Amino acid sequence: PPAPERVLFPPTFSVSEIKNKQRRHFMFLRWKQQQRKEKLAARKKRRKEREALGDKAPPKAIPKTIENQRVYDETTVDPNDEEVAFDEATDEFAPYFNRQTVPKILITTSDRPRGRTVRFCEQLSTVIPNSHVYYRRGLALKRIIPQCIARDFTDLIVINEDRKIPNGLLLSHLPDGPTAHFRMSSVRLRKEIKRKGKEPTEHVPEVILNNFTTRLGHSIGRMFACLFPHDPQFIGRQVATFHNQRDYIFFRFHRYIFKSEKKVGIQELGPRFTLKLRSLQKGTFDSKFGEYEWIHKRREMDTSRRKFHL
Amino acid sequence: RTKTQNFCRNEYNLSGLCNRSSCPLANSQYATVREEKGRCYLYMKTIERAAFPRRLWERVLLSKNYEKALEEIDENLIYWPRFIRHKCKQRFTKITQYLIRIRKLTLKRQRKLVPLRRKIERREKRREEKALIAAQLDNAIEKELLERLKQDTYGDIYNFPIHAFDKALQQQDAESESESDAEKEEEDDEDMDKREFVEADDSELSDFEDMDKLETSSEEEEEIEKKASHSKSKGKTPLKGPARRKRPYLEIEYEEETEPTAKTKAA
Repeated sequence: PPAPERVLFPPTFSVSEIKNKQRRHFMFLRWKQQQRKEKLAARKKRRKEREALGDKAPPKAIPKTIENQRVYDETTVDPNDEEVAFDEATDEFAPYFNRQTVPKILITTSDRPRGRTVRFCEQLSTVIPNSHVYYRRGLALKRIIPQCIARDFTDLIVINEDRKIPNGLLLSHLPDGPTAHFRMSSVRLRKEIKRKGKEPTEHVPEVILNNFTTRLGHSIGRMFACLFPHDPQFIGRQVATFHNQRDYIFFRFHRYIFKSEKKVGIQELGPRFTLKLRSLQKGTFDSKFGEYEWIHKRREMDTSRRKFHL
Repeated sequence: RTKTQNFCRNEYNLSGLCNRSSCPLANSQYATVREEKGRCYLYMKTIERAAFPRRLWERVLLSKNYEKALEEIDENLIYWPRFIRHKCKQRFTKITQYLIRIRKLTLKRQRKLVPLRRKIERREKRREEKALIAAQLDNAIEKELLERLKQDTYGDIYNFPIHAFDKALQQQDAESESESDAEKEEEDDEDMDKREFVEADDSELSDFEDMDKLETSSEEEEEIEKKASHSKSKGKTPLKGPARRKRPYLEIEYEEETEPTAKTKAA
């Protein structure tokens, strides 16, 4: 049995200096236990102090979360920012927000979609009103885009597929609008969601966009808002949510009901998926000559755990 | 390696199989067709040059024209065994065919394969899970909906009082209303309410601060209202509380009168 070690007695043998793995492991475990004991003791003491002080106790410390510690992004949108408001009034979504255009959406896939992707497309089209699913038998995107514009579509969604599951989403605002490329993960079809609701009706759902703080996030958020017609039919009681958290956008589709003034019940219907933005292009889809407004560069952008871009 | 034969690894092999008769090393008189950068060449090896390894293989460029190239093969390999000539031509045909296919494919859209990085993928997956937990989506959505209710974006559809002060009073009122008789009164009230609501309510906001409230026509509202009340009765009945149960009942009564019109409007 190894000799017991007094911690905090100089010279301290740090646990990592012992060459023997077994002994080192043992020492480490012992050290861990000690730490835990100390922590527990400290917590108890603090709690006793708080009880003893009663009302005069200092307020509880706020735990540090990643959201709290987030590196401040200089492009965060201030709600009262005039420049941003002006930009938004003149950018590509202005006709939508001024109610000049009604969204009409084309959903398609990459070549040879497999069953899961096809079903996902169908469900997505029930969720988004005024959307049509078309199969793509080998048609080049560059050629269908002018056709879409001619037929008055406002948005194009392409769902990319890999190994029989959808894994990418390309959202492009048509009359020469920005194109966003997302990586899609954890797609759940309606039958996989544990719920007992019926399928989404034809009512225009409401839209909730959460947590899009930076400029980039703001423009992406507006892109999503453009998909849905402007006037939600509250009577349908459906809501589509795009929630951004740490650069992941979660999409959910619920039906809500107000049980009372302070309580609302939601029931999930409709598919769910998460998106992560990969790139944002200025014009419509063009992989070679497009002007990229933002690309996710792993080396530069993933350096800090507390830094997010959306 | 098939069951009966090996493949020959030599690049100058004509048929690709490893046997005594088709090995370029074993035979002193041999010919092949190979292609380089899209052009086909005929390679020949004769016994006279066996002593000079550098000049061993004689190379002849074949023309791009298919038939002409076949003729060229023939005239170069004149007096050579029939078998080798035939095999050379066969090989040449195959090569031209696959070259054509390559050219056709490059014109079409190519599928670019981007390699995934396992470590990164794992990292992203983990981060996504953590983000999902941190997001607490249900709570966030509920909060948002309640906020919108408070800010009156729904207008008067939900007769919830906004101030907590009135809440107690109006709860009593609501109870007395639901307990009391006079379905007709309620129906009238509802009709009135609905009509009021339809004409008064214009605003349906989405989430953004710079949204303008625009007026929609009251006719549309009525249509939507009728359609929606129709669907509401079909919709989530299990979650509806006792206070609500009377409403759909009444609505059905109201609807049946107007159902045909609703249907025609919907059509």
